[in-house]
Amino acid sequence: MSTSTETIEELATREYKYGFVTDVEAETVPKGLSEEIVRLISQKKHEPEWLLEWRLKAYRLWLTMKEPTWQNVKYDPIDYQDIVYYSAPKKKKALNSIDEVDPEVKRTFDKLGIPLEEQKLLAGVAVDAVFDSVSVATTFREKLAKLGIIFMSFSEAVKEHPELVKKYLGSVVPYTDNFFATLNSAVFSDGSFVYVPKGVRCPMELSTYFRINAKDTGQFERTLIIADEGAQVSYLEGCTAPMRDENQLHAAVVELVAHDDATIKYSTIQNWYPGDKNGKGGIYNFVTKRGLAAGRRSKITWTQVETGSAITWKYPGCILQGDGSIGEFYSVATTNNWQQADTGTKMIHLGKNTRSTIVSKGISAGHGQNTYRGMVRVGKKATGARNYSQCDSLLIGDKCGAHTFPYLEIRNTTARVEHEASTSKIGEDQIFYCRQRGLSTEDAVNMIVSGFCKEVFRELPMEFAVEAQKLLSVSLEGSVG
Amino acid sequence: MLLDVRNLQVKVEDKPILKGIDLKVDAGEVHAIMGPNGSGKSTLARALSGHPEYTVTGGEALYEGRDLLAMDPDERAREGVFMAFQYPVEIAGVNNAYFLKAALNAKRKHHGEPELDAVEFMQLVREKSKLLEIDQTMLSRAVNEGFSGGEKKRNEIFQMALLQPKLAILDETDSGLDIDALKIVAGGVNAMRAPERAIIVVTHYQRLLDYIVPDFVHVLSAGRIVKSGGKELALELEQKGYGWIEAA
Repeated sequence: MSTSTETIEELATREYKYGFVTDVEAETVPKGLSEEIVRLISQKKHEPEWLLEWRLKAYRLWLTMKEPTWQNVKYDPIDYQDIVYYSAPKKKKALNSIDEVDPEVKRTFDKLGIPLEEQKLLAGVAVDAVFDSVSVATTFREKLAKLGIIFMSFSEAVKEHPELVKKYLGSVVPYTDNFFATLNSAVFSDGSFVYVPKGVRCPMELSTYFRINAKDTGQFERTLIIADEGAQVSYLEGCTAPMRDENQLHAAVVELVAHDDATIKYSTIQNWYPGDKNGKGGIYNFVTKRGLAAGRRSKITWTQVETGSAITWKYPGCILQGDGSIGEFYSVATTNNWQQADTGTKMIHLGKNTRSTIVSKGISAGHGQNTYRGMVRVGKKATGARNYSQCDSLLIGDKCGAHTFPYLEIRNTTARVEHEASTSKIGEDQIFYCRQRGLSTEDAVNMIVSGFCKEVFRELPMEFAVEAQKLLSVSLEGSVG
Repeated sequence: MLLDVRNLQVKVEDKPILKGIDLKVDAGEVHAIMGPNGSGKSTLARALSGHPEYTVTGGEALYEGRDLLAMDPDERAREGVFMAFQYPVEIAGVNNAYFLKAALNAKRKHHGEPELDAVEFMQLVREKSKLLEIDQTMLSRAVNEGFSGGEKKRNEIFQMALLQPKLAILDETDSGLDIDALKIVAGGVNAMRAPERAIIVVTHYQRLLDYIVPDFVHVLSAGRIVKSGGKELALELEQKGYGWIEAA
């Protein structure tokens, strides 16, 4: 157990310092943020005038905003003028063969069971024509297009489906929403766009494509998913591999819109660089995700497994506007070493007979600090609203912490809201019991942790549940014994 | 000699509990360790299985001629040392059958045997579960979660039956059992008696020994074995109480 993920990540980043070519191409804009930069980004992406205006409104508002400080995390101030806000997809130095990949990185890939071809892609090895990601993507896209499903990058959607983008962009997370969402609105680089037409059930997880293609979408992603009446879609965001990523701040925005009887399932597996064992470096993952269950009997499910990042700050929420709509949030967040997570959800009940379920599992190890922050709001007109929340924390070791901040705002007397919370420690007794049956300490911890996360894992699409479990065991490696 | 304990001394949180235990156990034998509360019975069981809170301060324990105390707890288990816990712990969300399969396969792997797949494992489970009147639903529940005291103990013996240890140590398995459960548990243990296996039964009461008849009885007092004998010693203790030994 001498090598933990952190060490692997550390190696990966270290390699970046020397291994990547410094990007001196003309496609990079200078550091810092100004109106000029916002205009430049929009211009480089050949955006229509209305989108530029939208970005500028966001930028001007952002200038007047203050970075939030209420969250239960600590970090040094971010210098927003020290960030490069736009660069063309980075040209990483291509390695000639998989043998050139750092053996530690390779070991993690193997442990996660990532296919060799994909490993090459992730590690930045020049990929031969057999595994051409562009063609793979095209095949998927053609299959989906036959059903009328639009699945493309955000930039493409702006060009090809401007009416849809214009209609829905900012409709759930307005550019005025919060400091980081506003920043994203001004400078977002790219992201994904999904539209599933009336009555269509998306026949595949929209994920494989994403996994292969999203590696360069950058730090200010913007995702918009719309499920029209009766449509169903399941989307998986994130990469389960320890991808090398040099961006410090990730401020993404995800908006979901579900019309009558539509279902959107959005699953995230996040494994960004968490910083080294001493808490140096690592990604700040400050993300705004919200779904609007606009239609009657619509349903939005957020499932997240957050194992990476130095700081995670996100509250995927649901606005339950349609009568009988359902919102669900299932979350596993782990913090090891010096990682911090302040995460949870917001369930806003507006329609009648709306229901929400929250299951949050926080795992803290090392010096990790894990905060659950959840809001359940029942509006005046939300007669018959019901919520069930369950927040469980698991502590490994005695230097970590778990915190729970539930907020309840109930304005309708017919509402039924339940909240259950528990904190437990992986006991020496549990580990010893497993070991007395012949399991290694590592296997024992993995087993106890995955038992703890079971209710969340079963919400993930099958193959990702397996990956999530493996990922969790990698990220907690070395936390005991 | 399967187990040879010599002058074993053990402390818990700086408090010496065992002050020099000598115990020889051969394959095929059943030994009962008796003694009043606080005499160190359970400490002996836990020290032999490698519980981290029990620190060995002196002496040695040879298992099949090898230094048992130098092995990690999981290695001891894979080498065939099994302890039935006095208080089996609950592991939420972990399916009991899944847990048992992982344990069995860890052991098989250690011995270079092929791992059992789900079908083979369930066959074995069905066979063994009859023995202890294990309800199939107990297998699909989480490990010990929501089990009654009797179910927990039966589950321990069931695990023992699956893992087929060479040395089984039962730590106060009779505590908290009613007479019916006691009979079932004892029946399971008796079915496990075999020439290649030794069983150490740690108990406070003679009652269990009516059902699991030992070959040897050892009485512990204040961290030492003060008297050893055959099964009749247990009966004598029952009549005269522990005061008789302590006074002697």
